[in-house]
Amino acid sequence: MTEPLIIDLSEVGRRGVSLPACDVPETALPPETLLRDSLDLPEVSEGDLMRHFVHLSQMNYAVDIGMYPLGSCTMKYNPKVNEDAAALPGFASTHPYQPAETVQGNLKLMYGLQECLNAITGFAAASLQPAAGAQGELTGALMIRAYHQARGDTQRTLMLIPDSAHGTNPASTAMVGMEMVEIKSDARGLVDLADLRAHLSDRVAGMMLTNPNTLGLFERDILEITRMVHDVGGLMYGDGANLNALLGIVRPAELGFDVMHLNLHKTFSTPHGGGGPGSGPVVAAPVLADFLPGPTATAAGPGDKAPYGLTMPVQSIGRVKAFYGHFGILVRAYTYIRMLGAAGLKGVSQIAVLNANYLQALLKDTYPVPHAGVCMHEFVAMGQLPDASDVRALDIAKRLIDYGYHPPTNYFPLIVPEALMIEPTETEPKRVLDAFAQALIDIAREAREQPELLHAAPVNSPVGRMDEVRAARTLVLRWQDRTTTE
Amino acid sequence: MSSTARSPFVPHTAAEVEAMLARIGLRNLDELFEAIPADARFPAIDLPQPLSEMEAMAELRALADENKNLEHLACFLGAGAYQHYIPSIVSHVTGRSEFYTAYTPYQPEVSQGTLQSIFEYQSMICELTGMDVSNASHYDGATAAAESVIMAVSASRDKKKRIVLSPTLHPEYRETIRTYTQGMDLTFVGDQDLSTRDPNALAALVDDETACLIVQNPDFMGRIWDLEGLADQVHAHKALLVVACNPIALGLLRTPGSLDADVAIGEGQPLGIPPSYGGPGLGFFTCKREHVRRTAGRIVGQTLDTRGQTGYVITLATREQHIRRERATSNICSNQGLNALAACVYMAALGKQGLREVAALCYHKAHYAAQRIDQLPGYTVLADGPFFHEFVVRCPRPVSTVNAHLLEQDILGGLDLQPIYPSLTNCMLLCATEVNTSAQIDRLVAALQEVSA
Repeated sequence: MTEPLIIDLSEVGRRGVSLPACDVPETALPPETLLRDSLDLPEVSEGDLMRHFVHLSQMNYAVDIGMYPLGSCTMKYNPKVNEDAAALPGFASTHPYQPAETVQGNLKLMYGLQECLNAITGFAAASLQPAAGAQGELTGALMIRAYHQARGDTQRTLMLIPDSAHGTNPASTAMVGMEMVEIKSDARGLVDLADLRAHLSDRVAGMMLTNPNTLGLFERDILEITRMVHDVGGLMYGDGANLNALLGIVRPAELGFDVMHLNLHKTFSTPHGGGGPGSGPVVAAPVLADFLPGPTATAAGPGDKAPYGLTMPVQSIGRVKAFYGHFGILVRAYTYIRMLGAAGLKGVSQIAVLNANYLQALLKDTYPVPHAGVCMHEFVAMGQLPDASDVRALDIAKRLIDYGYHPPTNYFPLIVPEALMIEPTETEPKRVLDAFAQALIDIAREAREQPELLHAAPVNSPVGRMDEVRAARTLVLRWQDRTTTE
Repeated sequence: MSSTARSPFVPHTAAEVEAMLARIGLRNLDELFEAIPADARFPAIDLPQPLSEMEAMAELRALADENKNLEHLACFLGAGAYQHYIPSIVSHVTGRSEFYTAYTPYQPEVSQGTLQSIFEYQSMICELTGMDVSNASHYDGATAAAESVIMAVSASRDKKKRIVLSPTLHPEYRETIRTYTQGMDLTFVGDQDLSTRDPNALAALVDDETACLIVQNPDFMGRIWDLEGLADQVHAHKALLVVACNPIALGLLRTPGSLDADVAIGEGQPLGIPPSYGGPGLGFFTCKREHVRRTAGRIVGQTLDTRGQTGYVITLATREQHIRRERATSNICSNQGLNALAACVYMAALGKQGLREVAALCYHKAHYAAQRIDQLPGYTVLADGPFFHEFVVRCPRPVSTVNAHLLEQDILGGLDLQPIYPSLTNCMLLCATEVNTSAQIDRLVAALQEVSA
């Protein structure tokens, strides 16, 4: 089942929307030399257009269809009221350069969200500007750099990053002109303290650490790690990708982190949108608060006194994007936090961790879990079965599609071969977890008895496995690139 | 057993929690968290009391009602975020949860809806800009501009460090470029004041050490420049020409591609995305084919599946951080998915004729407004050349005074340019689009006249 491209539905003279006639006297257009020639956009009716996109939507898997256990992605259910709140014209139809007195509602919401995020994480200050987790990381790395520069401590160019880290950590480090030093994991799957100690020096700018780490394990030596890095003058960056395990469980600031990004689209239930927009606010300890990007929302005085305004932190690294952040996403996250409150958020993390441990218990006898024991919100199993040697994690992932599930993250983290990284989130009921586990157990039996089913999978999806080599070699990146034979 | 707070989004009953704990071999939920330092475990979190859905929506509505919004104001404010009519179909498509509750399309077999719509978006953005290649989008116009600078540096032999910036590139784009490149030891020239507003003056600053020149067209003050020949002057120094552009203006104006620009970027918010207090928007990024492997961000390509069907995948992933880590072209690992979809639907709905008509309506409304205002005593339109839908007006009083008077009549006036360009005393940047009726424009003119009186 495939859907034609919208351009292939185009017929000369059709249109998808009507526009008003011009109600002012017309002015001569600029000279021809400033004007474009043809504009070959589609010509389609509204009905054709709607059917086209409904057909496309039916080719997607989504959280609203079923379990989406992508490790480190926190694909929880997205409450519908969040969408209604963000769509209120009072929010959606406001302009970023309106005078502050006409957008007090927006500023109050931003200020309130900053305060909520500070309360949840234990940090002193927040900037809602970063657009996504990766941009939050870049922000944090720039803040650490700026801090050392402001002190004239310019030889600090090394960033310590565990080998279990997301690829964004090294990429963000490189973007700010620092050098990454990889720190090994030990047999427990945790930061190897001896290796960390061996790499500490007065050239260390900081360390980027995800806690719980990407194996789903809490770094139980965290107080020792942050003390060691601080003792040599480095700062601690917390990657908040896995915060869904920690709400009301522990405040990262109290573990010794100096700056951290949060993913509102993971932890705080805003939808992933098929790749974005997300939102990656950054929270900071007093030592780094003045370096936050801005402007941030401020109150006129103590006790959250109105009027609210926008202020640039005094030693700010500057803007990381235009305007103030993904405001529409902030509205959604604020709505969620207001509905859950402190006890509700703690319940989120308790059940997220319970769900992961329950699934791990159901699966660990079938799929090896190299770092078994109590996990946090996710765990990493191996898609390498002892008695089905020609079946890989990829085959298992694709076969899950035939059973009606989205596959887990696979081949990450890099330190586990054939990794299947499973994060159920708190919104999946026991019934769904039981069925998902049974599907994986059934697939393991198929892997032994009928491996061809796995190699051919998926067969129940709109399309089969894609020829990715062909895609990279022929590079058809727009419909204008298609050759006449296609 | 310790209590768990239930919400409509956590479905577990107490009996289920008991059964699950038993299966794991634990007695209570607290035992799940023994790896956490005891002193810091289970802190009290000081948050407002939780609300029911009804109460939450009432509180959010009350906050929204504290704002004045563009549905009730006559808006003549632009400067990088624009009010346009959004056809109903756009939100009906983006409101389908098969689109908005999906993740980044890592599993193409169950993501063809997202992938094909990105491919269609890329195709239409390329058509609009006249460029060869589009990525799947960046966070916004400002970050797309920053990524273009980083790409230009990496494209240059010996990593050239000099960047020429137009002073009429959006000021927040210029700030964002500087923030992003703090660790790259770059030198920026050209944007100290308006003496280098003319692209020809900027071209004179391009030398053999220059990685790129970035101009905006129409520029931040709305002026349309003739960029014919500019690319040749830039290319003579083996530098790249980056053009920031407005996608609605491209319904009428010459494309960066036809002017031999190397990169064209901009803010896609005008394409069917509400201004939403400045975000989320849509950064579009397009370039010549020769730069595709240096481009940051997701790119979708067409291919075939095992059944011989046409399909779409994320391609050229070896540029990206999850594979290349510290040697990646950028750390970006997402796009503005849902907003790229909105732009895709918008471009297809407006289509070949409609986008041109919207652009023409913007042009005519803005020119009508400018002509009327220029006739008012005390007001001067500073139009030294053609403009699109924004123009600069010198007012008889400070802009804040003028705008305060307009606001009393529910009119949102233009941006005060003096804080950005000190030579532009009492100058505001006004914008008109297809949503501004002649009646609104007449009201604006009348209200301005009252201030001059």
